[in-house]
Amino acid sequence: MINSRRVRRWTSNLMVGVVGLTVLIGILPLFLILGTLVVKGAGSLNLAFFLETPAPVGETGGGVAHAIVGTLLIVAVACLMGLPIGLAAGIHAAEFPGTRLSRATRFLADVMNGTPSIVVGVFAWTWVVARQGHFSGLAGSVALALLMIPMVMRTTEELILLVPNALREAALALGYSRWRTSLTIVARTALPGLVTGSLLAVARIAGETAPLLFTALGSQFMRTDVTQPMSALPLAVFAYATGPYEEWHRLAWASALVLILLVLFLSLLTRLATRSRFGSHE
Amino acid sequence: MSDRPRVEAQNLTASYHGKPAIREVSLSFQANQVHALIGPSGCGKSTFLRTINRMHELTPGATVEGSVLVDGKDIYTSGINPMHLRRHVGMVFQKPTPFPTMSIFDNVAAGLKILPRSERPLAEVVEEALRGAALWDEVKDRLNKSALSLSGGQQQRLCIARTLAPGPTVILLDEPTSALDPTATQRIEELLYKLKSKYTIVIVTHNMQQAARLSDTTSFFYLGELIEHADTKSLFTTPQKERTEAYVTGKFG
Amino acid sequence: MNEPESNVAPPKGEPHGFQDLSGTNVGDIVFKTVLILGALLIPVLLGFLVWELVDGSRLAIQEYGLGFLTSSTWDPVAEEFGALPLIFGTLLSSLLALLIAVPLSLGVAVFLTEFAPARIRSPIAFLLELLAAIPSVVYGLWGIFVLIPFLRATIFPFLQGTLGFLPFFSGPIYGPSMLAAAVILAIMVMPYIMSVSREVLLAVPASQREAAIALGATRWEAVTTAVIPSARSGIIGAIILGLGRALGETMAVTMVIGNTHELAASLFAPGYTMAAVVANEFTEASTDIHFAALTYVALALFVVTLAVNAFARLLVWRVTQKASGSGGGR
Repeated sequence: MINSRRVRRWTSNLMVGVVGLTVLIGILPLFLILGTLVVKGAGSLNLAFFLETPAPVGETGGGVAHAIVGTLLIVAVACLMGLPIGLAAGIHAAEFPGTRLSRATRFLADVMNGTPSIVVGVFAWTWVVARQGHFSGLAGSVALALLMIPMVMRTTEELILLVPNALREAALALGYSRWRTSLTIVARTALPGLVTGSLLAVARIAGETAPLLFTALGSQFMRTDVTQPMSALPLAVFAYATGPYEEWHRLAWASALVLILLVLFLSLLTRLATRSRFGSHE
Repeated sequence: MSDRPRVEAQNLTASYHGKPAIREVSLSFQANQVHALIGPSGCGKSTFLRTINRMHELTPGATVEGSVLVDGKDIYTSGINPMHLRRHVGMVFQKPTPFPTMSIFDNVAAGLKILPRSERPLAEVVEEALRGAALWDEVKDRLNKSALSLSGGQQQRLCIARTLAPGPTVILLDEPTSALDPTATQRIEELLYKLKSKYTIVIVTHNMQQAARLSDTTSFFYLGELIEHADTKSLFTTPQKERTEAYVTGKFG
Repeated sequence: MNEPESNVAPPKGEPHGFQDLSGTNVGDIVFKTVLILGALLIPVLLGFLVWELVDGSRLAIQEYGLGFLTSSTWDPVAEEFGALPLIFGTLLSSLLALLIAVPLSLGVAVFLTEFAPARIRSPIAFLLELLAAIPSVVYGLWGIFVLIPFLRATIFPFLQGTLGFLPFFSGPIYGPSMLAAAVILAIMVMPYIMSVSREVLLAVPASQREAAIALGATRWEAVTTAVIPSARSGIIGAIILGLGRALGETMAVTMVIGNTHELAASLFAPGYTMAAVVANEFTEASTDIHFAALTYVALALFVVTLAVNAFARLLVWRVTQKASGSGGGR
């Protein structure tokens, strides 16, 4: 009896140790990946890497300025399309929560969130590229916007619902109209959170590759016209990584490091923003 | 003119999803007095209060039958814009509700910014409202600080100042001191006593002593019905209805 | 400085009109209309997406019908297309990934909710969130140049040496392979399964644990007998959500799976997935039927992930709903 008790306690401690070990195994890849990126990528980062376009094949040097510019443009245009829709739909779901439309959008946004990004890429291809007759950064933006809308919508809804109803009532009791209450009081109170949520969505889409493969396509040149094919950092990583040259592999690591710095910077920013709780000081 | 009640409810029934929260209430309030609404929780006193500035209808499924007259005008007719009504019938809530993103000054000015520009400078009206709410001396040096930097009692007086600023004639208060400590409560009570020279005040309270200290008339609600309405002294000393007597002497509720 | 207009009466006889406008409000109508338009765009866009996929794959649907899903020939030149190896590869890589990821994620989730000191809980959860933030293409890059050489040199020969009598671990060892894809996928879906199961475990009321401990259970027994059983359907939901992620994951898989349209029993052999074939061949396709076949694959992938996600959401929703139902509030 006493013996079995000891066995049970011993088993318990052992199992706690085992699940503790899973944490180490789980986190290990993060350090391995980030470590490799720094080791293999950091050496190639210099001013030229950020300011120059690729050198001709066979020559060393050159940079990914075209891909950085491409990513910024494609993501910016995606935000112009995706943010207003996501915010409006999110505010709608929070302000009119019981309506059939908001229940439907909530469910469908979850469906969209689970849709593989490659499928969204195919959609952007049939919708924009096939009709335009050529690849374009714009088509890539459309695909990224579609990925962004459900994320922005759901966080917007959640954050608006966090604002105490008492504030809404106080504004209405002052004679505020509904729209003014929603925008200048409720949404304004949730604003830091909304910015955070949007940044998180931007971080997510900035790293997407699959939806850009046959929309933005990629390019070796600096392009600022979004109706033309253009490069993006994830596309550059993919092209360089799967290419045959040693020099390209070096560029792949460096581009990946830049990409991850961009994405992690945005994620960290949002993390800090949420930590400092909204509205505490002005 | 002074005989006409400032606020008058006639056969007022207010419901949520078809279930009446108050039934057939007829009640009138004279100007420049404090009127207390008392009764056990769930008796409909807050619902009644919220029909006077048409906040009741903001709750999904809420409906109203009967009428409420403010200065002789039925506020439930189609020509009335509730937003405009609410600038005349201000409201203060149970918990202080300063707008967290705004400074002290902007909180008080919040209701003014949506009004047509008056000839008086904003700062002057804000100061007047803060003085009216007995808060000016405490905040005059930090008007640009966040409203959340104030104590609970100060926040509630800030909300009163915010309500005063647009120039209402009636002020509704829904248990305004229930979240405050005794000292802060006392200050609010003194303030309300002063304010009645300019405003008509209707206050919901669960605290009978407060009603007795503060009000000129008291209405006792029970299970959605108005049981008794009388001037405060006689309601507390010589109640006409058994239920009222039982409640004010603490036999239930 | 401000003379109150002394005693009685509203300022200037008539209260300055609260009846100067009708009950409606133009701003509110505009506002509501804009919000409704934004909200309507979600069903409209999704419907349009489905329509475009169906329309784009019409040619292939007419040509091959559902037989497309069971045929294993993929020959763009002869214009013959069958998706069976792709479906097989998608399912196999995802299920293998779950086999690796599920024990790990559940271990982490259990450790974080039940045993970890409060101080390290959120830092660890944060690190795992970072893992989810790494772009897929970076996983692929790391897979090609770090993971595959490592697996080829150590794990694969070891597996072949010990379990080589099984068909899964026989045959020549390539680098890019089904197993490499599964390992990469496992790392990628782990944070998702972990964070959802953690949520589900947190929803189990503390009283359940305390009751078990009070009855003499050890800490581990409390978890296995009281906590996990009541969170079971939510955990299954979390796993299926992870499955949904794995099925649709594209870049990392494309980069390490080897991309061949052949069915192979060995996990060391290269394979293909639905997402990978679309990623690889869409830009190279030159015939309408090839495009249609690829779109058909995308459509099938969409339908599968939709079904998997809807099922998972339902399970998670039921668990958290129950928890919030007893705790009150939204």
